[in-house]
This record gives sequence, structure tokens and C-alpha cells, in this order.
Amino acid sequence: MSSTWIIVAFILGFLIVFQIAKASEYVAILRGEERNRKESNRINGFMLLAFLIVGLFGVWYCNHTLKDKILGEPASDHGVRIDTMLYITLAITFVVFVITQVALFYFAYKYQEKEGQKAYFYPHNNKLELIWTVIPAITLTVLVGFGLYYWFEITGEAPANAQTVEVTGSQFKWEFRYPGADGKLGKRYYKEIDPMKNNPLGQVWADPANQDDIVTSQDLHLVVNKPVKLVIYSKDVIHDVGLPHFRMKMDAVPGTPTTMWFTPKFTTKQMKQKYGDEFVYEISCDQMCGKGHFSMRGTVVVESQAEYDEYMAKQKAQYALANEAAPAATPAAVPTAVPANDTTKPKAAMPTTVQGAAASQKTH
Amino acid sequence: MNNESQSHVQEGAVTHDVHHNGNGHDGHHHHKETFITKYIFSQDHKTIAKQFLITGMIWAIIGALFSVLFRLQLGFPDESFPILETFFGKWAKGGRIAPEFYYALITMHGTILVFFVLTAGLSGTFANLLIPLQVGARDMASPFMNMLSYWFFFLASVVMMSSLFVSTGPASGGWTMYPPLSALGQANLGSRIGTDLWITSMALFVVSSLLGGLNYVATILNMRTKGMSMTRMPLTIWGLFFTAILGILSFPVLLSGFILLLFDRNLGTSFYLSDIYTAGQALPNEGGSPILYQHLFWFLGHPEVYIIILPAMGMVSEIMSVNSRKPIFGYMAMVGSLFAICVLAFLVWAHHMFVSGMNPFMGSVFVLLTLLIAIPSAIKVFNWITTIWRGNIRFTPAMLFSIGFVSLFISGGLTGIWLGNSTIDIHVHDTYFVIAHFHIVMGVSAFFGMFAGVYHWFPKMFGRYLNNTLGYIHFWVTLAGAYLIFWPMHYMGLAGVPRRYLDFSIWKSFNQFNSLNQMISVVTIIVFAVNLMFVFNFFYSMFKGRKLRTQNPWNSASLEWTTPIHPGHGNWAGEIPEVHRWPYDYGKDGRDFIPQTEPIGANESKH
Repeated sequence: MSSTWIIVAFILGFLIVFQIAKASEYVAILRGEERNRKESNRINGFMLLAFLIVGLFGVWYCNHTLKDKILGEPASDHGVRIDTMLYITLAITFVVFVITQVALFYFAYKYQEKEGQKAYFYPHNNKLELIWTVIPAITLTVLVGFGLYYWFEITGEAPANAQTVEVTGSQFKWEFRYPGADGKLGKRYYKEIDPMKNNPLGQVWADPANQDDIVTSQDLHLVVNKPVKLVIYSKDVIHDVGLPHFRMKMDAVPGTPTTMWFTPKFTTKQMKQKYGDEFVYEISCDQMCGKGHFSMRGTVVVESQAEYDEYMAKQKAQYALANEAAPAATPAAVPTAVPANDTTKPKAAMPTTVQGAAASQKTH
Repeated sequence: MNNESQSHVQEGAVTHDVHHNGNGHDGHHHHKETFITKYIFSQDHKTIAKQFLITGMIWAIIGALFSVLFRLQLGFPDESFPILETFFGKWAKGGRIAPEFYYALITMHGTILVFFVLTAGLSGTFANLLIPLQVGARDMASPFMNMLSYWFFFLASVVMMSSLFVSTGPASGGWTMYPPLSALGQANLGSRIGTDLWITSMALFVVSSLLGGLNYVATILNMRTKGMSMTRMPLTIWGLFFTAILGILSFPVLLSGFILLLFDRNLGTSFYLSDIYTAGQALPNEGGSPILYQHLFWFLGHPEVYIIILPAMGMVSEIMSVNSRKPIFGYMAMVGSLFAICVLAFLVWAHHMFVSGMNPFMGSVFVLLTLLIAIPSAIKVFNWITTIWRGNIRFTPAMLFSIGFVSLFISGGLTGIWLGNSTIDIHVHDTYFVIAHFHIVMGVSAFFGMFAGVYHWFPKMFGRYLNNTLGYIHFWVTLAGAYLIFWPMHYMGLAGVPRRYLDFSIWKSFNQFNSLNQMISVVTIIVFAVNLMFVFNFFYSMFKGRKLRTQNPWNSASLEWTTPIHPGHGNWAGEIPEVHRWPYDYGKDGRDFIPQTEPIGANESKH
């Protein structure tokens, strides 16, 4: 009902505005179009100046109201770099923003049509143009320089002591695989995926590295101050592992595993102390993935090494889960649908080649 | 054009002219013009321009209405609107927008506005209207191809429109249509027949755009009147020229990408598909790469944003100069920067893919090239500001929209420096920051350029003025509204709020913006209403607006205002005028303006 009233109000408002607009045209003709034009010119000139002042106040007010609602301190080492870059860019662009907007609106106001004022014939000035080519060029060089320096630090090789965790996105959930005691993730092949047989990621049971891999979903556990390298898969469409508090993001692409690494700086507990008990590290899907995209939520728990070890000790390897459920599915009874050219496919004899499987597996 | 047909056209033009001066009605009884050849299958570039404009306006209303619908969901996620169920049935059960419906809405909103409104509606309208009039030609190089261009666009529109009514809904994988989501009907309802129709429609659209673009380039290069050297062309024409080149070189690549997608969808190929387990089944496809699609898509997708903005830049340059009564500052620099943007437009596409898993080294190359675009953009902004400096400015609605364009272009352009820097992009990629950026810099500001063009050239199109008061209201509400809607979205982006979410209630990090979202939605509805008022103004003034009494209402130096008030097919009665100077001699030697057709005087100062 209320929507009907709103629509009625809009129509009435429109009719009134339209009548006024039509009348003003007749008035203009009666009073002389020239005089009328000059008057509306003055009004609009003043409005431009007013818009500038109110607008700049609005920029301040918007910042004032919303600055506490954006993310707090970056929770990873890369996040610190990204925020630094962001503030450098903000400083430069804000100065340019204010100068150019003030010049634009103020000049428009100041040089509005006036009796006896003549426009200044000023078609070009090579020196001026050179100045405003060179200054932006230098500024941008600085920004590119900083940007690429941080970019290569962030996207470079993960440190050798990094913990590897595999993240897999699918409509509309996140699953994680930890390498277990051997520190190696076993091979996986998408045709092995079978949630009914407790194999949600398609682990190849013939690969011994798979025997101690732990698979979980929903919560990703990480150790504070220890670099972590995420190897990212997708089972169906493109997803994106978005970690806003860590300022990190990477697509999950079916058929092309991707990686990203970072070092969490604060445990979840520390963040709760800073930002209230409500705080939780969240994983958002940042790449449109279907009707449940907006609800594809995971969480990250950052904890001390001791807490992490305790958590891991409680988890059961997926291999055990799968083989308890279906005892027949021993390594011997495994893959039938293996691509012929996949020479690294385990015959148990060459398990060492599986090392770093995540990245190299797909190169076949 | 042979002599015979040329004289024929001229005769027609003369007859027209006499007629219009006589009783202001269109003569439909002289040479073979019937209602159909004059208004429907017309080969007159001016009529085709109007066809593009009106079709574009219809699409703009639909596209904007979709944004109002999804803003209802975002602003009032807990409320239900029974009226929606009345209109949309199963898509809005209980008056609440279903997720599939929401995603269809945003997908179509993007597709419609980017392609149908801001590409066809904008450059289709103004390239057709202005190229022959401003370079001094009787029509396009191939009027027939030009007509086909519109009718292919019309066909594309029909197919796209019909996709809105299929039972599984229109395409809903985002306007970028990334596979595998867009390739797998089992993964997404909209990826069934809706996406096939979407691809078909876009293929027709590409044909339309190529037919138009080739014609624009051919006309500009070959059909300029005597004395109209390339450097005497108005900047509008330069803008439209580079737009056409961008379109010709990049749309075919998009089409190839779509064809491969069509194959993957229907013929079992694996260009984009690999290692997929969906709907409880592992698909046989192996070896494809979804990233390939992204490269093909963005190879058009990025030039596309310049296809959208360059015509607006050209028109704004022209309108600012006319209404400041001052030459455009740095004409050659303006042309040079358009050229630089045109070249760089092809070298930056992968900045949309920094976090797609692309090689970081490649990313770094694209960072450098992307930020380079800021240089020509900065030159343009400084030149516009210098153009109004010490002018004698008349604030017509067109001029106000031009000033608004520059303001928005600055605001949105500067955030481009954030996003183009891959380091910052990691954090704000696919968040509201991106929405804020591109809506301001190419969405709203291209619309401002378009509005400026419509207000400025409406008298040329219809021989009448738009209502000024409504124009001023339209401008101020839209400018304030655009900033109110999009400025705060930067903050949402910095908070990491992802795009394309219809409900934030389960999220701890993103649900603090409810009141802001509400405000944005209310402003969106108001701006939408005011723009409907513009549409009303447009059609009302077409028939009832104040009549144009002089040939040259804005005292403009360029060629289009030397034609009769109601030019016939052929534009000029008699000879096409010869051009002796550039179109920006305003305020020179103490004269208000010197038309392009006036020979250089003996004592005239040089510049």
C-alpha cells in the first residue's frame, strides 16, 4: 500500500514541477528571454559554488561517519604493505582531487557571463601543457615504483618455512586440506570426487602422501606469525578466496590451481580484544559464482602453534574416514578414469615426485 | 556518389527547406519518401541517430529500473514488496526478490547499460547525427549500411528483450559472463537458454557496431568538405573517430570469445572448461582455461570503457568551448591525448585480472601501462579547466552537464589510480570500491556527456528546445544524487564488502552499512524519477517545445549550425559550405565568434 502512495506522491510532485517549468517558459517570454537567461545564469553560477562548498563538506562528513566502519588494522604482513600503498595513493590523489575540483567549480562560478566581460582568447600554451604532462608522469612513476615493489614482495615465492594449506571452493562452500605430518599434500584428480565415498576433494588414495591429509570445511585454522601458503582450487565455477582482514584475495579457477601466501599477525583472540567479541575473520567469495554467491562464507581461526597442534590432533585423516566407511576402497582398488598422459599418477613406486603436487599436478 | 544522384539529393534538400520554412511540417509527398522510408527504414543519418537515441532511451529506462529493483533489495532486505510479486510472480515470491532474480537483474543492468545504452545509444546517436553535419557531408559513406547498423541493433534488442521472458530467466552470470558459470546450465539457472539468447543478441550487436564503426571511419576519412582538414575537425569528431577505431578492432575479439563460449555450451568443446565437478557429476572436459575467456573478454571489455567515454569527452570539449565563448585549450594536446588513450586502451585489459591467478610479472606490465593512461586523462582535465578559465560562461543545461562530466571524470579517474595499482587492487578487487569507481568514471559521467549532447543538439534534431527549468532540475538532482549514491560506496569497498551480494545478514564484517544502503536506495529512486522526468521533457519538447527561430542558437562556430533549422536528407540546400578555419575561433580579435565558413581576414591575428 505504502508503495502505491509513494508512486502517487511522485506523480503529483512531477505534475507540479512540470507546471512550474512550463509556466517559467511563458514568464521568460513575457519578461524577455535575454533577461531571464541572465538571471538563471547567475543562479546556476551560484549553485556551482554552493555545490563545491557543500560537496567538500560532504566529503569530510562522509569520512567522519564511515571511517570507523571500514576495516581496522591489517592482520597480515602483506596487509600492512597494501595499506601503506593505499595511504600513499590516497595522499596524492586527494590533493589532486581538491585542487582540480576547486578550480573547476570556482572558475565556473567566477567566469560566469557578465555584462562587459570578454572571454580571453587563449588557444594553447605549450609550456603549460608540458608542465601538466611531466608532473603527472613523475607522480605516476613514483606510484608505479612503490606499487610494483610491494606487488613483487606480495606475489613472490612463499618463504621455505611456510605452512601449506589447500583451499577448495565449490558452490557454495569452502573446504580445506592440511598436509598432515608428512608436510605433503597428496595428489588429487577431479574425477575421483565422490562425497558419498567420503572423498569430497577427489584425493587419489594410491598416493601415500594422501594418507595423513586432513580435510575440513568452514573453518580454516592458521598459526599466528607463521607464513601460510594457500593453494587454491575450485571444483565447479570460478570463486575467489577473499580475506578482507588480511587484505588478500585470489581467484579459485577450475583447472588452474592458484596460490597466495601471507603471514597472519594477530590471533583471533587478540582481534576480539581489539574489536569486540563479535569479531571473526571471514572468508568471502569475491567472484560471482551463482545464486548462493552472497552466502559463500567461511571463517579463519588464527591461533598459537600449541592451539593449532591441539586442533590438528583432534582431526581424523580423510583417508581413514573414507576407508572406514568403505573398507573395500583400498589403494589397490583405485582409479579407473585416469588420463593417459598423466605420467606422475602414482604407482606407489614414485611417490617423491608428488612433492609440491598442488602446483605441478595440473601441468600435464 | 555520382552526379545524378547528388543533384537529386540536393533537390530534395531544397524542397524540404522550402517546406519547413513554409508551414513547419514535413513534406511527405515530394520525391519517393513514404512514411516507411522516412521514419522506419530511413537512410538519413539524422533519422537513424534519432532511432538509436530513442531505442537507447527505452533501454536506459529498463536498465535503470532494474537497478531500482535490486536497490530495493539492498536497501530494504527485510521488507517485502507485494507489488513485485504481482509483476514478477515466481521471481519475487512473497514480495521478496529471489537470488536468481537478483543476479539476473544485475547481469541485465550491466549488459543493457554498457552495450545497449552507452555504446549503441551514445555513439550510435551522436556519431550518426554529428559526423556528416560537422565534417560537411550529405550523409554517411554508406547510408544503407548505416541503416543496417540500426536494424541489427534493433534485432539484438529484440533477442535480448525476449531473453527476459524465458521460463529459466535471462542470463545471470554477471555482465562479464565468465565461464564456467555462464557455460554450465546445471550450475546456474540463467546459464540455460537465457545465456544462448544473450550470446546471440551480443553477436548481432557486434555486427551492428561494426557496420556503424566502419561507416563512421570511412565518412570521416573520405567525405570531409573542402577545407576541412583533419586538424580542423571539431573534437567531437575526433572522439567519435577514435571510438569507431576502438570498436572495429576490439569487437571482433569479443565475438570470437563468445563463439567459443557457445561451442563449449552446446557442442561439447573444452575451450574454457576443465576439471569440473558439478551437480554431483564430473564433466568430461579437460584442458580448457577459463582465463582464456577473460583475456578475450577484456580485450574488448577495456577498450569498451573508452568506447563509452571518448564520445562524451569529444562532446564535452565542444560544448565547453561554445558556452565559455573561448577556444578549447590545447586542441592538438586534446587530439593527442585521445590518440594516446586509444592506443593504451588496447594494452591494459589484464588489469581486470590481477587476482585471476595470472602471472604476477604480467600483472606488473599491466600496472605500468594502466597508470600511463592517467597522463593523457590528466592533460584532458587540465585543458578543460583552462578552457573555462577566463571565459564568459553561459550555463545552459548542456554546459552544466559538461561541468558535471569533468567533475565526475576527475573523481572516478583518480580512483582508477588506486585500482590500476595491482597492490591496492588485491584488497579492493571486486568490492564496492570498483562499483563506485566505474559507475562514476564511465557510467554516470558518460551519461552526463550524453545528456550534455542531447541538450545541446536537441534544437538541431527537432528544431525545438528542451525545457530549461526541467533541464536544470534534472542536472542538479542527478549530479548530487550521483555523488550521494557512489561516493560512500568507496568506504564500503575499503571495508572489503564484495560486489554482487544481495544480503549481508550472515556476515560479521559487512553488515554495518544497512542505514547507508537504505539512503543509497532512496536516492536511487529519486534520481530515477527525475530522469524519467527528463524522458518526459524529451518527448514533450519534441512536439511542444519552444521553437527554434535562428539557425545558430548557441552562436557556435561549427558547421552543423549552418544547415537549415529543419535540414532535409542531404543537410545543406545547395552547395556544401567550404571551411576556412578550425571550429574554435571564439573571442578572437574582439569578435564573439567566427564561423568555420568565414575566410581568414587580411588583418586577422594568428595563433
